[in-house]
Amino acid sequence: MSKKTKRIFQLGILNDNPVFRQILGICSALAVTNLMINSLVMGIGLIFVTALSSFTVSVLRKHTPRHIRMMVQTLIISAYVIIVDIVLKAYYPSMSDALGPYVGLIITNCIIMGRCESYAQNNPPSLAFLDGIASGLGYTFVLLLIAFFRELLGFGSIFGITVMGAWWPRWIFMIMPPGAFFMLGILIWVMNSLVPSEEKETSVAGGAN
Amino acid sequence: MENVNPFVILFASIFTSNMILANFLGMCSFIAVSKEIKTSLGLGQAVTFVLTGTTIINYLVYHHVLVPFGLEYLRFIVFIITIAAFVQLVEMVVERYLPNLYYSLGIFLPLITVNCAILGVSLFMVIRDYTFIQSVAFGFGSGLGWLLAILAMSGIRQKIKKAPIPKGLEGAGITLFITGLMALAFIGFSGIVQIQ
Repeated sequence: MSKKTKRIFQLGILNDNPVFRQILGICSALAVTNLMINSLVMGIGLIFVTALSSFTVSVLRKHTPRHIRMMVQTLIISAYVIIVDIVLKAYYPSMSDALGPYVGLIITNCIIMGRCESYAQNNPPSLAFLDGIASGLGYTFVLLLIAFFRELLGFGSIFGITVMGAWWPRWIFMIMPPGAFFMLGILIWVMNSLVPSEEKETSVAGGAN
Repeated sequence: MENVNPFVILFASIFTSNMILANFLGMCSFIAVSKEIKTSLGLGQAVTFVLTGTTIINYLVYHHVLVPFGLEYLRFIVFIITIAAFVQLVEMVVERYLPNLYYSLGIFLPLITVNCAILGVSLFMVIRDYTFIQSVAFGFGSGLGWLLAILAMSGIRQKIKKAPIPKGLEGAGITLFITGLMALAFIGFSGIVQIQ
């Protein structure tokens, strides 16, 4: 793995993580994280859409007139979301029901638009593709982390397998909306304290140079 | 969903099924814009207006164009185009007639296009099989609920501006905690009416 690729993944997953650093795409991050399996499917869907739409936007970047680029990006993203929706409906209808409108809402997930706008627009297709995967992985990582605690505390299970035994009082609060807000709040707090902010890092590096 | 009174839907979408506090939609702008009461009020009004308008247009387009031609799977693209066009129109009108509001909203007006609450309401409307009147009530109620939540949040945030908050919790972190508390409070309404 070259240094540049490594850097993309490090930024996407940790230092510049779309969810807890840039506070993007948290609507779906909160909505589907009551079960691990929902989060995993959502994450895979998002990685697919982010990677391929970043790739497509990057391929078309020299042929897209500047003032209609948002429209073009939205259309590219919707096309891939429709693919995800149809595949889910065909092969995994129960999951499609469980996720409800949130599959369609991948279109308005700001992570994808953000990556298209800030990275794919100015970089070659191969790098844009990797950057999309990295951002998608960062998102999936956070989703699984939140879902782990919510499912464990709320249902006493992980991926539907009971691990907590009958003595565990099901903490229904974690499954309900407030639990999601508190979980993400705690996560942002912990991550802000543990992971150094990218801005600080670059200013230090700039000073050293 | 044929037999639910539109007023029940209107009430439920404001309180028990609030777009932000129960469905987590429109969170990005909710967190980013809720620093000041004035801008939140402007954005909340814009969201209510756009939500009501786009729900009506999307209902008509879905049931009178997409369903007859069997093109339901295209609804994501069609809905987002409707929303984008509608927002563009509103932006031009606001810029022309309410320049002050236009400058205070700045970047956030075009961002309404990618506010998931707008697309979410249209998708919920399709999933729940609402009739026309029910959809209008749902769209308008969801907008009001969004406005209510962001106004309450900006009020709280202005009050706690000088409070000593741990470093890592500033901004988004504390906002999420307050949202969680607000969601807890709103759960109290869920005994009255519920729509799912």
